[in-house]
Amino acid sequence: MLASNTRRNAKLLVSALIMLTIASCEKKTPQPAAPAATPYNLVLPTQLPQAVILPTNNPMTVEGVELGRKLFYEVKLSSNNTMSCGSCHQQSKAFTDGRVKAIGVDGIAHQRNAMSLVNLLWEPNLNWDGAATSLETQARVPLENPIEMHQRLTDGVSKLQQTSLYPPLFAAAFGSSTITEDNVLKALAQFERTLISSNSRYEKSLVPGGPALTLDEQKGKILFFNHPGESGNSNARGGSCDHCHSGNNYLFTSTNFTTPGGTTQYFNNGLALSADLGRFGVTRVAADRGKFRVPTLRNIALTAPYMHDGRFQTLEEVVDHYNEHIDINTADPILLVSNPTINGSLGLIKLTATEKRQLVAFLRTLTDSTFIKDPRFSNPF
Amino acid sequence: MKFLKYTTLFLSLLTLSAAVTSCDDDDSPSLGAIDMEFENVAGSTAIQLNSTTPYTTAAGDQFTITTLRYYISNIKLKRADGTEFVQPDSYYLIDQGIESSRKFSIPNVPIGDYSGITFTVGVDSVRNVSGAQTGALSPGDMFWTWNSGYIYTKLEGRSPQSSNLNGGIIFHIGGFKSPNNTIRTVSPAMNNNMIQVREGRTPEVHFKADVLKMFTGPNTIRFAASNNIMGGPDAVKVANNQAAGMFTLDHIHGN
Ligand code: HEC
Ligand code: HEC
Repeated sequence: MLASNTRRNAKLLVSALIMLTIASCEKKTPQPAAPAATPYNLVLPTQLPQAVILPTNNPMTVEGVELGRKLFYEVKLSSNNTMSCGSCHQQSKAFTDGRVKAIGVDGIAHQRNAMSLVNLLWEPNLNWDGAATSLETQARVPLENPIEMHQRLTDGVSKLQQTSLYPPLFAAAFGSSTITEDNVLKALAQFERTLISSNSRYEKSLVPGGPALTLDEQKGKILFFNHPGESGNSNARGGSCDHCHSGNNYLFTSTNFTTPGGTTQYFNNGLALSADLGRFGVTRVAADRGKFRVPTLRNIALTAPYMHDGRFQTLEEVVDHYNEHIDINTADPILLVSNPTINGSLGLIKLTATEKRQLVAFLRTLTDSTFIKDPRFSNPF
Repeated sequence: MKFLKYTTLFLSLLTLSAAVTSCDDDDSPSLGAIDMEFENVAGSTAIQLNSTTPYTTAAGDQFTITTLRYYISNIKLKRADGTEFVQPDSYYLIDQGIESSRKFSIPNVPIGDYSGITFTVGVDSVRNVSGAQTGALSPGDMFWTWNSGYIYTKLEGRSPQSSNLNGGIIFHIGGFKSPNNTIRTVSPAMNNNMIQVREGRTPEVHFKADVLKMFTGPNTIRFAASNNIMGGPDAVKVANNQAAGMFTLDHIHGN
């Protein structure tokens, strides 16, 4: 099954490349019968993996993205016209809601914490457990879920059709003013694909002449990237964070980009098991009990509370968890490797209080302040 | 500090279109292909990630595996007359967790009989520090920031003999700088087999990679003492074991 997926992905990649070629040919020789919608010029930041796959049946257009932005903030897509995607995914909080667990239109709590929406192009599987496999299919869940926006998409479509605003916008984006469920989902996905963040203070610090990190942040960076004993140096101290939140490709996730489009990996990060067994709920494979997708740490200072159930309020609590409270029976083996004890070492991984503070200082450099202020992503109403 | 340049993207597009062009050569009568397959085993047992049944090393240590990955690169095929076919720019990451990664095809191999095969376990030192980091070489968790180099073999799991918390074992074999260079080149014995590349017939060369051999051979590795290896002199010991017999040719189909 995996093999055939990869083959399909490879085909998609080839067709994406052909599309690129076609697009670039069009630039040189404009076609007289060009479609009404203008191709969207998606620019991938060069430090992020370039091997992304765009669905061929939903090419991004300027009109589609702009329509998607309106729909993202459209309260008519909820049962009582009070809630939009933007209610739980607020730009100022890197598209999270600040709550422990999300709360839907009827005041009922979701079982999980709202996820940050960022660099979704690089997530082949969505949600904490990877249950959704495309942005187009993911969006139907919050729209129709009784504990989220609680309205059948077909009812939302009727509401939009009755406005004067939307029919012409759908016509411009998809060639027909008759609104369809598919086109609502496609436009939302197109907008979500534009939510790219690549300008954190950490990244700026790497550009020659960029703002340097403070000494504490630099020490935190080393702890973030290093494993204990890295490079055969038994004195090297580290928190092994990069092992799962990979900073080498600037995504700070575990998606493996050695295959086209990437492969999502799931880990158990040593949280005490709760009723929500994460990936196990999707696969029913015993080894997946308590495994979750590795969320990005981009903008992590803005997205509290933390973890799939929002159990930690602060980054300090998160670091305390990794250092002192992991469940050693379920945690991934990398979290079982300790640093040598030094004066003031604490807990399992044996970081000192100073090292913990430095690690948090580094995590705070992952905030991209341009992303949360970018007018292209803001509420248009 | 690996800000890839725009040129990298263009380069990779160029390479791909070049690859498409050279596909045409497949039709040319003088070229064929070889399929390669790597089966990961522990002795006679096929590896299963997260299996609860442990494997046992030659020295008697028990362990289970959560992650197993290694790079194979720079594949060379030898003819009986001593001449070679060298596959250009070949890097493959074999990942026990991704079934499709365990099989790959070598295209554009000149028709003929090959009596030997050689490959690198790891990534050559040049490619550790330069060149396009795409495909199998995409930076991720097989890449060390501080060494700016790749981890060539990663094996992680648990062992009751390990002194880490609850028995974690971590083996990250990598490093290309002397004296701790862990790049190894192997030429598994062919046992008088020939890889016969013909028009319309693609032989499948099936290798076994025995992880038990990482812990035995020139150096016996006991998990009580060695359970967190991340490059350095201990990684060299494991690399020497790998070179001494981890990879064997099991059989060739389609001859
Ligand atoms: C009631 C709050 C709420 C609303 C409204 C909401 N979401 Fe979410 N969103 C969540 C929660 C909670 C999750 C995590 C779900 C899970 O893991 O099962 C999530 C996850 C996501 C993800 C997955 C992100 C990732 O990295 O995997 C996407 C994409 C998303 N939402 C898009 C949307 C869109 C589009 C809308 C509007 C149609 C929307 N959401 C409305 C709460 C909300
Ligand atoms: C074994 C893999 C692994 C390692 C190592 C790891 N993490 Fe995580 N991390 C995860 C997973 C999986 C989650 C999500 C868990 C959940 O919600 O159940 C997570 C969640 C987080 C979150 C919360 C993200 C959010 O959006 O709520 C933070 C912050 C975090 N990790 C920081 C760190 C730091 C700092 C380190 C190093 C000390 C670290 N992680 C090491 C796998 C890992």
